[in-house]
Amino acid sequence: MSARTEAHPPAAARFLDDGAHAAWHDAALWNVRDRRDKAAASVPDWERLREQATRIKQHTLAHLPDYLEQFERAARAAGATVHWAKDPEEFRVLVHGLLKQHGVTSVAKSKSMLTEECALNPYLEAQGIEVVDTDLGERVVQLNQEHPSHIVLPAIHLNKQQIGRIFEKNLGTAPGNDSAEELTEAARQDLRARYLHAQAGITGVNFAVAETGTLVVCTNEANADLGMTVPKLHIACMGLEKLVPRFEDLAVFTRLLARSGTGQAITAYTSHVTGPAPGSELHIVLLDNGRSALLARDRFRNALKCIRCGACMNTCPVFRRSGGHSYNHVIPGPIGSVLAPNVAFEQTETLPFASSLCGSCTEVCPVKIDLHKQLLYWREELAKEGRVPLSKQLGAHVFTFVATRPWLFKLGGRMMRLSLRITPRALVYGPWNAWGKRRELPVPPKRSYLDGGRP
Amino acid sequence: MRAMTSAAPTTQSLRAALMVPCYVDQFYPAVADAARRVLERHGCEVVVPKQQTCCGQPMLNSGFAKETLPVAKHCCKVFADFEYVVCPSGSCTAMVREHYRDLWLDDAKIPRVFEFCEFLHDVVGVREMDVSFPHRVGIHQGCHGLRELRLAQPSESFGCATDKTRALLSLVRDIELVNLDRPDECCGFGGLFAVSEEAVSVGMGRDRVACHERAHAEIIASGDMSCLMHLEGIIRREHRAVRVAHVAQILAGDRV
Repeated sequence: MSARTEAHPPAAARFLDDGAHAAWHDAALWNVRDRRDKAAASVPDWERLREQATRIKQHTLAHLPDYLEQFERAARAAGATVHWAKDPEEFRVLVHGLLKQHGVTSVAKSKSMLTEECALNPYLEAQGIEVVDTDLGERVVQLNQEHPSHIVLPAIHLNKQQIGRIFEKNLGTAPGNDSAEELTEAARQDLRARYLHAQAGITGVNFAVAETGTLVVCTNEANADLGMTVPKLHIACMGLEKLVPRFEDLAVFTRLLARSGTGQAITAYTSHVTGPAPGSELHIVLLDNGRSALLARDRFRNALKCIRCGACMNTCPVFRRSGGHSYNHVIPGPIGSVLAPNVAFEQTETLPFASSLCGSCTEVCPVKIDLHKQLLYWREELAKEGRVPLSKQLGAHVFTFVATRPWLFKLGGRMMRLSLRITPRALVYGPWNAWGKRRELPVPPKRSYLDGGRP
Repeated sequence: MRAMTSAAPTTQSLRAALMVPCYVDQFYPAVADAARRVLERHGCEVVVPKQQTCCGQPMLNSGFAKETLPVAKHCCKVFADFEYVVCPSGSCTAMVREHYRDLWLDDAKIPRVFEFCEFLHDVVGVREMDVSFPHRVGIHQGCHGLRELRLAQPSESFGCATDKTRALLSLVRDIELVNLDRPDECCGFGGLFAVSEEAVSVGMGRDRVACHERAHAEIIASGDMSCLMHLEGIIRREHRAVRVAHVAQILAGDRV
């Protein structure tokens, strides 16, 4: 398991060291982006649907306290128990308390980035409770003792051959077996027994409806459905921002979610849960962990609109070439880089800079989060707090001084070009020249254009 | 204000100031000159204010908003008197048009900057071009021109923006514009990103060059010389055959 605080550039460079694997990763995710483009194109007026979604979220966030209370009342009326946790620690203690109270020793957990955010698995395991991730991709990374590298495709950093080796070691599949069908079947057989054995199911939540207290859980494998229905105890974990006001609002989001995320028209299973099944218990845990603080930040609150589709990761040229683990944050990619500084400002200071600011993330985002602008704003916050290298800080001050004095700007340019021309190549291309490591510098002309330089 | 002014070929000419991106000024004078000649050939009177320096984008993108403000103000002052300012860079144009407002600059004081192709296509209304360029050309869309100025329709979004760069290049005789399998992926320059994320930046650049090579382009053409500076750096280091050219150089009929 990698350290959680390594800077992005060295981690990304390591990922790119295996050129063939990096190229495969890029191509695999580009293929998902391509499928997303086609799926989005199949909806008449896709851009209007995005606009509608962002407005519903805007409205919900503007009235969040009211909708949270309405949701709590409705969910209670439907027979669920509602809990609130302010941070990961409260969350872990709360969930463990519920499991202990019910004498649970084995949990079937479906995909939930929130439980990753709260590091629930290691906590429960330390308390002697077995946690089985039931989403296929999550099961793979669990068996490989690592974290998801993508929020929708948790094992996208691994190819079939690598997964074959992980299954050979853990599930006893034949050496060299890399057939997707056979490996999936092996995981399926292994998981079936575990579902029947589990005394509790923990799931995430994609959407929660304030007016009805309904939870919506979207999967392609029905693993959440098994986890919710087989055991008698269901614990649903959600962030405060998952709410939509009305049942009919769901139509907007379910049309956007799968198309944006995987290019499917809709997820294979879109399950609606209102209250517990007869004879079962449903506990809903709502987590804050910085969300209400984010709501108070003018330039950043839009990030709370996120529906965790992963489209920004698939389109991001940096994510595709550096892999999710290089971000060293529970949620990687563009959305992760704007969510991370809100909860771990110092530990994630390279993330807002892990972007060329191409802006493609903003264009694909189904809820129109201004991702590339937020990355820029976080850079500003980091610079304000002195969290950027001293060389950059000094450079900025010098540049301001020079660029507001045309004569000095001209002189500086002249000196820069002259020194590039007369300095021996070995000195120009020393180890301090990151540009020149694998690139040539432009050939400096004798005179600049404003100085009368012509072709 | 001292300025280089050139005679315009027609009487009813548009008067435009040429905003020369700082790296173009320093490293690619031929590109600025080509831009001036193309504008003049299409009836513009071109003024090149000598007091111009930089739009401030490298600093703003590094997070130094406060330090950017004096530079942005200087830029506003230099171009205050011009009805039209034309810049052969989508990125610098987007900086002024889309980001100066974030620095709390008064809208009325922000110069009316047009990207070079946008100006020729929308304001001058160029629909004919008397130059020849007998080469296979791939168009590299600079991200800021593409997504912030909508110089074309981004491949991941839905709308009907005209590809202004392509529209102009299509007017050139004997040119063959190739189609890329990834039409508008970022080249990985990204200003200081090119240095702070060297590995990813070079990885993206190599992929971009390869994409043009797969389409058998002889020339990679772009409205942004900064992207091309990065791609050219890779091409020269790796001794690849493909070359780069700013759109202005092709429209000027220059040999590249």
